[in-house]
Amino acid sequence: MPWDRNQIAARAAQELRDGYYVNLGIGIPTLVANNIPAGMTVTLQSENGMLGIGPFPYDDEVDPDLINAGKQTISELASTSYFSSSDSFAMIRGGHIDLTVLGAMEIAENGDIANWMIPGKMIKGMGGAMDLVAGVKKIIVVMEHNSKAGDPKFIPACTLPLTGKNVVDMIITDLCVFHRVDHDSPFRLIELAPGVTAEEVRAKTTAHYEEALVAA
Amino acid sequence: MQKLYPDAAAALDGLLFDGMTICAGGFGLCGIPERLIDAIQASGVKDLTIASNNAGIDNEGLGKLLRTRQVKKMISSYVGENKEFERQYLAGELEVEFCPQGTLAERCRAGGAGIPGFYTKTGVGTKVAEGKEVKNFDGQDYILERGIFADLAIVKAWRADESGNLQFRKTARNFNQPMATAAKICVVEVEEIVPTGSMDPDAIHLPSIYAKRMIVGAPYDKKIEFRTTRQREAA
Repeated sequence: MPWDRNQIAARAAQELRDGYYVNLGIGIPTLVANNIPAGMTVTLQSENGMLGIGPFPYDDEVDPDLINAGKQTISELASTSYFSSSDSFAMIRGGHIDLTVLGAMEIAENGDIANWMIPGKMIKGMGGAMDLVAGVKKIIVVMEHNSKAGDPKFIPACTLPLTGKNVVDMIITDLCVFHRVDHDSPFRLIELAPGVTAEEVRAKTTAHYEEALVAA
Repeated sequence: MQKLYPDAAAALDGLLFDGMTICAGGFGLCGIPERLIDAIQASGVKDLTIASNNAGIDNEGLGKLLRTRQVKKMISSYVGENKEFERQYLAGELEVEFCPQGTLAERCRAGGAGIPGFYTKTGVGTKVAEGKEVKNFDGQDYILERGIFADLAIVKAWRADESGNLQFRKTARNFNQPMATAAKICVVEVEEIVPTGSMDPDAIHLPSIYAKRMIVGAPYDKKIEFRTTRQREAA
C-alpha cells in the first residue's frame, strides 16, 4: 500500500532532529507538525515573522493578528518570538534554518525544483519558496509520485519555470524515498512504501537514479 | 511637531500623485493599512506602482484599488485568492513583477537603509534572474537585486506614542516594519495612541523617525482569510 498524505508527512518527520529550526510549506508539509517525535524539541518558523508556531487556537482564542504563512489562524507557545519579514528572511537566507519541507510540481534528477508557476494557468507567485530553497540547509520535497494525470513528477529535466536550481536533498512520495548525499551526487532510491516494488518505482519514474535499497 | 492627523484623507493630503510608487505593509489581510488604502481609493489617484507582498483579495485590502483600476503595476511575491487580479493580469491590463518574498523584504530594508542594490542566492537560475547581473562569490553564484525606495509608505501598527514610536502586534508586524523605512515619507495608521513616555524605550519596534504622519484607525474589524481552530477535549 502506498503511503497516504499523513504517512508521507510522518516519513518526513523522521528526518527531524532534536533542536532543529524548521520551516514547513503548505499542504502535506504542514502535516509534518503533527508527527514530531515525542521528547524532541523542534521549533517551527513561519516566514511572515514568527518562531515557535503553536497549534490551531481554540475557538475563543482566535486572533486575526496571529496567522501562519498559509494565512491560517494559529496560537503561540511560551518560546514564541515575533519579528519583521526582513528579519524572518534573514534567518532563512542566512542559512540559520536547519530544514524545510516543501511540495513540488516537478523535480529534476539534478535537484532542480519547480513549484510556483504554470505559464498561462497558475499565476499565484513564489511567495517565500525561492528564498527557502536558496537558504535552508536541507531541502526535503514531499509530493505525490505522479500527477493527477498519471505523469511522472521526478523527471530528467523540469519543464516548468524553476523555483531553484540543484537544491533538493530528499524526495518523499507516496511510493518511496530518494536521497542524495550531496549536490554533486545522483539521487538514490533508499526506501519503498509497504508493498511497493522497485519495479513499480522504475515504471513510474523517468528521472535517472541509483538503487540503494537496504534489505528489510 | 504634531504627527497626529484627524483622518486618513488629511494624513495623505499633498502626498498623492498619478504614477507614484507606494510601499504597503501587511501579509495577506494581516496588518494591512486599510484606512489609508480606502483614502487612496477615494482620492482617485492612478497609475500606481505598489510594492506589497500580496495584492489583497477581491474587494479587501489592495484588491479595492485593483477593482477601481488605480494600479498600473504590482511588485509582489504571492497574489493568489484574488480573481480580479488574475483577470486583469491575464488580460494584460496589469503589470506584475513577481519578487521572491525574502528578496522583496530585503529590497525594502536595503532601500530604506540607503543601499541601492545587493547580491542574493535567491532566484539564481530562475526567471527571477533574467536580465540581472550574476556575480560569483567564493564559488557560489548570486544575483544583483535593487533596493526599493518609494514615494510613500503606508503601514499599520498596533500602537504609537505621540512622538511616533511604534509597536506592532504578533504576526501583524510582517512587512510593515521594512516598508515603513523604504519611502520618502511614511504614513502610519494605528489602533491606539498612548502618551509619550508610556512605552518602554527598550520595547519599541520602530523608532519615531519613520512615522511622519499618523492616524488612529480604530475600531478595526480585522478580517481572517482562513479561520482554523481545534476542539477542546471533553473534561
